[in-house]
Amino acid sequence: MDRLAYGLATLIGIAATGLGGYGMLGGAGTLRLAWLVPLGGLELSLDPLGGFFLALIGFTAVPASIYAMGYAGGEGRDRFAYLVFVVSMGLVPLASNAMTFAIAWELMSLASYFLVLHDRESKESIRAAWIYAVMTHAGLACLLAGMLLLGAGAGSLRFDDWRAAAPALAGTARSAAFVLLALGFAGKAGVIPLHVWLPLAHPAAPSHVSALMSGVMIKLGVYGLLRASLDWLGVGPAWWGAALLVAGAASSVIGVLYALVEHDLKRLLAFHSIENIGIILLGVGSATLYRSAGLEALALLGLAAALYHTVNHAAFKALLFLGAGAVVHATGTRNMEEMGGLIKRMPWTAACFLVGSAAIAALPPLNGFVSEWLTFLVLFQNTRLDAVGLNLVFTLGIASLALTGGLAMACFVKAFGITFLALPRSDAAAHAHEAPPPMRFAMVTLAASCVALGLGATLVIPALGAVAASVLRTAPPATVGDWLTLRVSGDFASLSTLAIAVALVASLLVPVVALRLVGASRRTRGYETWGCGRIVQTARMEYTATAFANPFKRVFDFFYRPTKHLDIDFHPESRFFVERIEYENPTRSIFDDWLYRPALDLLRVVARAAGTVQSGSANLYLAYILAALLLMLVLA
Amino acid sequence: MISDVVVAAIQVLVVGAGAPLLVGALRTLRARLVGRRGPSPWQPYADLRKLLAKEAVVSTTTSWVFRATPYLLVATMLVIALIVPISVARPPLAFAGDIILLVYLFMLGTFFLALAGLDAGSAFGGMGASRAVAIAALAEPTIIVAVFALALRAGTIDLGRVVERFGREPWLAANPAHLLAFAAFFIVMLAETGRLPVDNPATHLELTMIHEAMVLEYSGRYLALVEWAAAMKLFLFMALLANLFFPWGLTGPAEPVPMLLGLLALAGKLAVLASAVAVLETTVAKLRLFRVPELLAGSFALAFLSLMAVILVR
Repeated sequence: MDRLAYGLATLIGIAATGLGGYGMLGGAGTLRLAWLVPLGGLELSLDPLGGFFLALIGFTAVPASIYAMGYAGGEGRDRFAYLVFVVSMGLVPLASNAMTFAIAWELMSLASYFLVLHDRESKESIRAAWIYAVMTHAGLACLLAGMLLLGAGAGSLRFDDWRAAAPALAGTARSAAFVLLALGFAGKAGVIPLHVWLPLAHPAAPSHVSALMSGVMIKLGVYGLLRASLDWLGVGPAWWGAALLVAGAASSVIGVLYALVEHDLKRLLAFHSIENIGIILLGVGSATLYRSAGLEALALLGLAAALYHTVNHAAFKALLFLGAGAVVHATGTRNMEEMGGLIKRMPWTAACFLVGSAAIAALPPLNGFVSEWLTFLVLFQNTRLDAVGLNLVFTLGIASLALTGGLAMACFVKAFGITFLALPRSDAAAHAHEAPPPMRFAMVTLAASCVALGLGATLVIPALGAVAASVLRTAPPATVGDWLTLRVSGDFASLSTLAIAVALVASLLVPVVALRLVGASRRTRGYETWGCGRIVQTARMEYTATAFANPFKRVFDFFYRPTKHLDIDFHPESRFFVERIEYENPTRSIFDDWLYRPALDLLRVVARAAGTVQSGSANLYLAYILAALLLMLVLA
Repeated sequence: MISDVVVAAIQVLVVGAGAPLLVGALRTLRARLVGRRGPSPWQPYADLRKLLAKEAVVSTTTSWVFRATPYLLVATMLVIALIVPISVARPPLAFAGDIILLVYLFMLGTFFLALAGLDAGSAFGGMGASRAVAIAALAEPTIIVAVFALALRAGTIDLGRVVERFGREPWLAANPAHLLAFAAFFIVMLAETGRLPVDNPATHLELTMIHEAMVLEYSGRYLALVEWAAAMKLFLFMALLANLFFPWGLTGPAEPVPMLLGLLALAGKLAVLASAVAVLETTVAKLRLFRVPELLAGSFALAFLSLMAVILVR
């Protein structure tokens, strides 16, 4: 049954990639079933942007589904939900009226809700699924309100009519629709401060589902943001772009800061998704802003950068989640402090995870670097805007992106180093086993695509430029360099990842040859790690993830607001012997404490006040109906 | 016109062979400034030779990451040596990237060295790795913003063009924005290459060291490669600082005489910078680790001020 269901999902993924690729190349098509649902019927159509996201879904779903064949376990319910999840995600970018979109969107949310809840026994899963359900439906409410507002203005629920009618709409109505739509989509994308569900829901799901949720589902939030900020609503005022830019800057830095102090491997990755969505938003925000200012070429570049980072994040985040899944599968824990030494027992997983780590840390010549480089260039060119306030916003974006890059590198030194290197920190880690072949195949494919997307930048960018041009309705850039070198904005900057890769490999030979030439000693002796004369090295002497993250905790303590709890039991005979030490150093979330808790408290107060009206007596309810009826008659 | 291959070979040779001398000269200078005779400036070469002759002791706890890192580190520095303007404004690999690439290539080295630090499973390595990545991460915004300020004034972030622009119009350097960016970059250089007041390259006291703790487990030829790469990093950062902000004497074409002049000018600029670092290192004490972020925040403020000066005075 496993093979059948996941094989089917693989086929669907391949079909989606093909259809999406066709759409990206300019293929179009429409499917309308007016009788199927009310309010305009089911209507699907393919355009380049939709095709891009459809291809992205397929591209991630194929390895995830192949991986799932080896992951095994799960009940029939999970397999069914998985299939529905993949199909409904594919429908979202195809939907071309509000009703179809809402159905596909909700189906996707429900299917993923059941997948998050796959472990029905665990309290943690139930809580995660509950918070996810609440947040996603709050988002849906915003989306529906925004869509209805837009639909009322345009007199239609078809997206084509929105595009036609948007320029004629009043500015306030458009801005109101933008805010509602942006809130709804940003919630799905996990933008700070609407991210609270993400680090709970992603780790709770099985790893191939986490890969899809992080790799693609939250990207559909980005898809919606793109539609709202660049497509449906026409050209908006500058503050739309500025708001997206600031949200992106905040998400990137805050996401990575949370990831640094997180020692649950899958939660760490989930926080990094928030960070990367932030980086994507930096591109989307600048594209929107440049477009408002009439700088079409820069808007195009910004959108291309955002789309590039979207693909890249799908590739490396899916890879990392699959790798984390293999580790969790092998050790039975998500806690990094109980891992270690896995590189020896799981060499394939380790190598793939290392590629993913280097890619997400934006190390050249891999894919993450190319899209961050492009984003930097987009932000750098803000001086063409003649508004100091906006220049400051862009500078904020530049500084955040730089800080994010550095912190992400630090975080993945921790994630890879503590998980895979040194001595195993638990029996489970010491007896871990390598992942089965389908899982390895999926990870190797994704690792290879991270490398290919990095080295093949000169091929990827023109394709993405064409998609971006179709969204902005401008001509694609005439030239972006040649097959070897990428040239951006004339001679502003150039990059050739291929040349760097070749140079790196060639340079590796230099030390090898040089050592040979100078006649260096080739003797090597294996010995234990130096430890100041102690008898034996154990895993307890290793640096822990907590210790590794401590400098960051201290530097950013205004943000983490860590609390310290130290509990020491001394030996009854002497204070100089310690029996037991308990040390806790948890951080507190400013969003929980300062935003959600007060909001929930307020909600509770309002609900209690409203509860007094709701006595439970049927007579009273009948009186309410009568009163409402009378009121309406009077008003009418 | 000298062919690209020769220019590449010259750049690699200058950086590879010159780096230990820079480190040695810095040590000699420091010693003289505090009234010691100190070792000869050629001492690092002797150290490297000694290390190369020795047997390498590798912890059995480690994996291939530990053994591959020294080679990768050296390779990264050599690739950077092909991009940084040292003998010509536009070295052979300059088309492949700009200053952002350089920043991230340095990060590639830090990433693997930090992993290697964790690989042996000793607390020293982990401590060093954790501190090194913290400093590298906090230094990054400064570099990028400082470079952005510089790029704005040159109208490009292409290294060759920045060098040509400031070389053609040297008076552009006499500008507060330029000097602020230079100061910010100088502080970052100290932090990135492990100099005082951030890290003390002369100490082996476990609680204070950063880079030395991270590489504690290396020996023999591996240690030689790591030390060589660290020296090259210092050389490259200083050369970048010198030729990016004050590209005087460095001219465009790859002809023998201009290249020789450019190298001589670089030697002069490096001597000035090295003296400045030596004087600084003899007059300041090492900062407590948790004061270092304040220093880096200060450098970021300088870079930001420089950028504001550029934007507002436009």
